[in-house]
Amino acid sequence: MTSAAGGGLDARVVAGVGDFRLDVELAVAASEVLAVLGPNGSGKSTLLAAIAGHRALTAGIVRVGERVLSRAPSIGGDDEPGGVDDSGAADVDLAERSVGLLGQHPLLFPHLTALENVAFGPRAQGSARREARDAASAWLDRVGLAGLERRLPSALSGGQQQRVALARTLAARPDVLLLDEPFAALDVQTAAAMRRLVAEQRATLAIPTLLVTHDPLDAIVLADRAAILHDGRIVQQGPTAEVLGHPRTPFAAALAGVNLLTGVAVARDAVRVASASGPIVLRGTGETLRVGTPASVVFSPASVHARAAASADPSQAADSAPADNAWLGAVASLEPSRGGVRIVTDQHPDLAIDVPSTTAVALDLSTGATLAFHVAPADVSVRELS
Amino acid sequence: MTTTAPDGIRAGASDTRRDDPVAARRFPLWLYVPAAVGVAVLALPLVALLVRLDWRQVPGAVASPAALQALTLSLATAAIATGVCIVLGVPLAMVIARSSKGVAAVLRTLTTLPLVLPPLVGGIALLALLGRNGLFGETLGVLGLRIPFTTTAVVIAQTFVALPFLVITVEGSLRTAGTRYETVAAGLGARRFTVFRRITLPLAAPGLIAGTVLCFARALGEFGATALFAGNSAGTTRTMPLAIYTAFNGAGVSEDTAIALSLMLVLVAVAVLVLMRSWREDAPR
Repeated sequence: MTSAAGGGLDARVVAGVGDFRLDVELAVAASEVLAVLGPNGSGKSTLLAAIAGHRALTAGIVRVGERVLSRAPSIGGDDEPGGVDDSGAADVDLAERSVGLLGQHPLLFPHLTALENVAFGPRAQGSARREARDAASAWLDRVGLAGLERRLPSALSGGQQQRVALARTLAARPDVLLLDEPFAALDVQTAAAMRRLVAEQRATLAIPTLLVTHDPLDAIVLADRAAILHDGRIVQQGPTAEVLGHPRTPFAAALAGVNLLTGVAVARDAVRVASASGPIVLRGTGETLRVGTPASVVFSPASVHARAAASADPSQAADSAPADNAWLGAVASLEPSRGGVRIVTDQHPDLAIDVPSTTAVALDLSTGATLAFHVAPADVSVRELS
Repeated sequence: MTTTAPDGIRAGASDTRRDDPVAARRFPLWLYVPAAVGVAVLALPLVALLVRLDWRQVPGAVASPAALQALTLSLATAAIATGVCIVLGVPLAMVIARSSKGVAAVLRTLTTLPLVLPPLVGGIALLALLGRNGLFGETLGVLGLRIPFTTTAVVIAQTFVALPFLVITVEGSLRTAGTRYETVAAGLGARRFTVFRRITLPLAAPGLIAGTVLCFARALGEFGATALFAGNSAGTTRTMPLAIYTAFNGAGVSEDTAIALSLMLVLVAVAVLVLMRSWREDAPR
């Protein structure tokens, strides 16, 4: 089933589930990985189900190269004048779609050995028994499971099962690869190894890949481009570094785990942001700003340094207005974060600061304590608001 | 296969059957009394059968040409009926398992009806359909086909009463297995029949085996519908249950023959159950 080798994935998916409506248009070039990021309920699974052929489109089209996989009766004002005849609905049968899907759960056939699981696709597509087994054996070797061919899934660890599932998906030679939170059910170390494996294997295949995830790390490791899905719509799309490095909406920022503040440019590289305790001027790098225009600032909670306010510089303490990139805040809440503590202050409730555990201990953090914060301009990204 | 994965994702529902042994015994202890009576009700008659048996007569009774003829006829007809049940019942179970709720409920009721019907009523119903003056019987008669009181009638009667057991068991198994694996298989390029043969059936195998065994056992013991619809003629329609009945009521034959023949039937049933257990234990999942 390599009928459309080299073809990209083009999809316009409109699908309704009760009150929820998904309306997404996306294109993934052959050998490109597009990550679709969104929380639960954003429409990720509906999108994948539509492309995989598990659910019908309300409207739209799913195409790989020239091959139409799904088409619903056209909606008014579609972008295709002439071209393909869109007289009616069409749905290529699941068995003919050639769409590989790797989900959160490996779903290995419990009654078949690892080898038989991987050989299933080639066998089902007409390969001779011997040929299918050889191919399966080679795939198991590629995913690092040589020697476990005769194990039943129940005798494999979760990570091993997911490797077999990857081998099984790829051994079926799909024209499109869909990855649906493929690392979500694995522990951190297994997930890291699996992520590396998927990246390696994917690089050798010239097929479009759609990765759906809520974990920015997946996108960073695997994806060339990223799209943020929110309430059934793509709210931001672009190169992964751009989308995650400088998200444009608070929603995207929360997903990427960064602080996003908006204000007005006061210099080519500085933005003044209003806050409960007076304005903060944040200097950074990125676009050259036009003074007086709205602009946004992005930085990671972990790039902020915190000190006890009492031991602040005498010079700074003397000034009524703090220096650029520095501000004071009273601790409103403390939460655990990766390897440390996340601080939120009364003055800036939408701004998170992550400090390592060692710093947290040294600062003797407690609610109500006033701290002085500072972030280096090199860690701050500034953009004009579009 | 009792190997368990050291960690990781169990594809199916998690195994919650292994209960805490202490918690398992926290129930009103007087329940043991009716439970014991229940066991007695089920087991005592069979014990009595063994006690009452005149063992010296057993070899003669069991090895008599009449008994062997009845046993052979029973095993053959029950095997054919079971085969027919599998051929018709597995597809029916599949259709019920994959139908919408309403359709499934209707089909399930129709399937269960013979199960709760007295077999005698089944026999009369079969006569009403296929008897000489029956709904189809007249047409069949014109074609020169006469079904009642033939070995074919025995098989039909057995199929009628045994089919529900197979359908209900297999359907439950199919519904438990769900469609997730089938979807995966289809996504890998497998056509419908390949999915059915390589995924659906193997996953439903425990239910299929249990259903087949129950179906065979029911066919083997079938009496009421057979007696009415097929009659009681030695060599053609006199199966073991009918032979036992004949021996019990018959002139000049001692009750001991009936008891010895019953023993044979009990032994066959026990063998079937033992086989089922050993199959079930290494069945997948």
